[in-house]
Amino acid sequence: MEELFERLAFSVKEVTGFIYPNEIELHWSILIVVYPYLTGLVAGAFILASLERVFNVKEVEPTYRLSLLTALAFLIVAPLPLVAHLGHPERAFEIFLTPNFRSAMAMFGFVYAWYLLVVLLVELWFEYRKDIVVWSKKEKGLKKVIYLILTLGASDLSEKSIQFDKKAGKLITIIGIPSAFLLHGYVGFIFGSVKANPWWSSVLMPVVFLFSAIVSGIALMILLYMVITLFRRKPVDMSCMDKLASFLLYAMILDFSLENLDFIHRIYESEESIKILYQLLISKLFISMVVIQILLGTIVPMVFLAWTKLARLPDELRRLIYFGSAILTLIGIFSIRWNVVIGGQLFSKSLRGLTTYKMELLGIEGLLVALLFLVLPFIILYILVALFPPWKEAEVKLEA
Amino acid sequence: MNRRDLLKNLLIIPPGIFLGGLFLKTLSLLKKTPFGKISLESIYGKYNPHEHYYAMGIDIDKCIGCGRCVEACKIENNVPQEPFFFRTWVERYVITVDGETKVDSPEGGIHGFPETLSEKEILRTFFVPKLCNHCDNPPCVQVCPVGATYKTIDGVVLVDKDYCIGCRYCIQACPYGARYLHPETHTADKCTFCYHRIVKGLQPACVEVCPTGARIFGEVKPRNNPLARFVRFNKLGVLKPYLNTEPKVYYANLDKEVT
Repeated sequence: MEELFERLAFSVKEVTGFIYPNEIELHWSILIVVYPYLTGLVAGAFILASLERVFNVKEVEPTYRLSLLTALAFLIVAPLPLVAHLGHPERAFEIFLTPNFRSAMAMFGFVYAWYLLVVLLVELWFEYRKDIVVWSKKEKGLKKVIYLILTLGASDLSEKSIQFDKKAGKLITIIGIPSAFLLHGYVGFIFGSVKANPWWSSVLMPVVFLFSAIVSGIALMILLYMVITLFRRKPVDMSCMDKLASFLLYAMILDFSLENLDFIHRIYESEESIKILYQLLISKLFISMVVIQILLGTIVPMVFLAWTKLARLPDELRRLIYFGSAILTLIGIFSIRWNVVIGGQLFSKSLRGLTTYKMELLGIEGLLVALLFLVLPFIILYILVALFPPWKEAEVKLEA
Repeated sequence: MNRRDLLKNLLIIPPGIFLGGLFLKTLSLLKKTPFGKISLESIYGKYNPHEHYYAMGIDIDKCIGCGRCVEACKIENNVPQEPFFFRTWVERYVITVDGETKVDSPEGGIHGFPETLSEKEILRTFFVPKLCNHCDNPPCVQVCPVGATYKTIDGVVLVDKDYCIGCRYCIQACPYGARYLHPETHTADKCTFCYHRIVKGLQPACVEVCPTGARIFGEVKPRNNPLARFVRFNKLGVLKPYLNTEPKVYYANLDKEVT
């Protein structure tokens, strides 16, 4: 508690103008920045996977299974920063047991459970079922047990049952697309529906969240695919990469247009909050929003990606551009989340002053824990990939 | 097991676990009362909340910025002494002859306000006591994911600290900055109109100690009480009326600069 008071005493000195006395403590910390970032990556990766399945974009097939596993790995971690942030984590389950149905946040449990249990796990199961059955026969020891359990007793490998798997997988993907939209659009709604906060309160918020999610998901898959093929010493499938890069560019154009629409709309309407939001933008958020989010995270990768479309560049250079653009994009989307969550708390609801966010380093709401939650999905993904190799050559071919 | 059974199980087991949990939870809640319904009498005793609907009036012209209300509130309600947590506080507005508006609330105004400008520089100045507005349409109650913050029958917005999960969504949703996270309980906290006092027919602590009678506590409905008189003889304003929160703290002589 002493540490909290010290931090608040520091923050008081940083206040400019007037803020309500209770606003000195900034309530949603970096963990709440990480949470929408993670769910965004889940939704993005899943939507990318569904391109292949539903819209028959054959080029992106090499990333199909990897995208699903990635979505799962990130989805497992997504609620952890939320729970860690609660004043009473041991009461978290009350959200399921006695939800207040008028609360947007109370729906989290149901949206999350739906997405995890009905969409992602079921889709993965149908996708991998025949492989799991074969592996359960081939493997030994612990692995054999795991696979045996995962078959859930459905070990039928007849032509008919394989066809059923395919059909079921497709159906779930079709359900999954609106579900992924729901998952992340909903996260945007949590912020967009807070009428007390003019920086958040916008009907566009869920839409912007969604498109930035798609952008981040595609960027992540480009990065993951390139790094993994590098470690596996395999050639990069350039037609797949080109396609992913195209989708990334299109999604970015849409996302950036929406954000600009929001921006122009605010300036044109010029409501009472405009002065303080302008102050916020040019002082507290200048680096994270203007420089990192807009310039480095959006415009630079967009220009480079457009260049690869317009000019005939050698494979080597294109790979370099894709790689760099993906990294910049991921940083850019993280700063979007930062600017929404933290930015929305840096000005007073009295609209008369600005405050500051002093991040902890250690401690449950500190930088280290946030980094842990960002690294953890990759560790889970590593295990998932080891258990369920997503590569084409690992896929079991059945002799007809 | 064939696939049909499997799908059936997939559809039945997870919701089954959830509904089972819900059932057990309901049972445990019901056990607390003999008839499965919590009676008002078991909570309130002889007091009947249906007979009351509370609100507060604040006459800005009467407030002298002494900060006694802030101090009384902290003592009465165990609000941490540190100047970052307030159930009520006082703001000072100074509009200078240059047309600039300066607002401050040093330590919530608990020790009063130091003089900063000479009289010649000031166009007009006044103090504004603030507290939870006990909105009739409270955004904090709407957003609470577990229903730990709620509106009582007699019109007071309260927090159940044994139920609050500390997600702080209500703090974000309050347009008035009236809520804070209590550093000891790690749950949301705010003004209760001194609910423990008013149900006994006493005044809230801040009203009790105000030396000028700037705070008037009473009931909304036309009954014989001080607030009825206040709302009858004053032109009233509320804070941020455009947000449709329908505050029940009414200000007389509210200035346009107050946010």
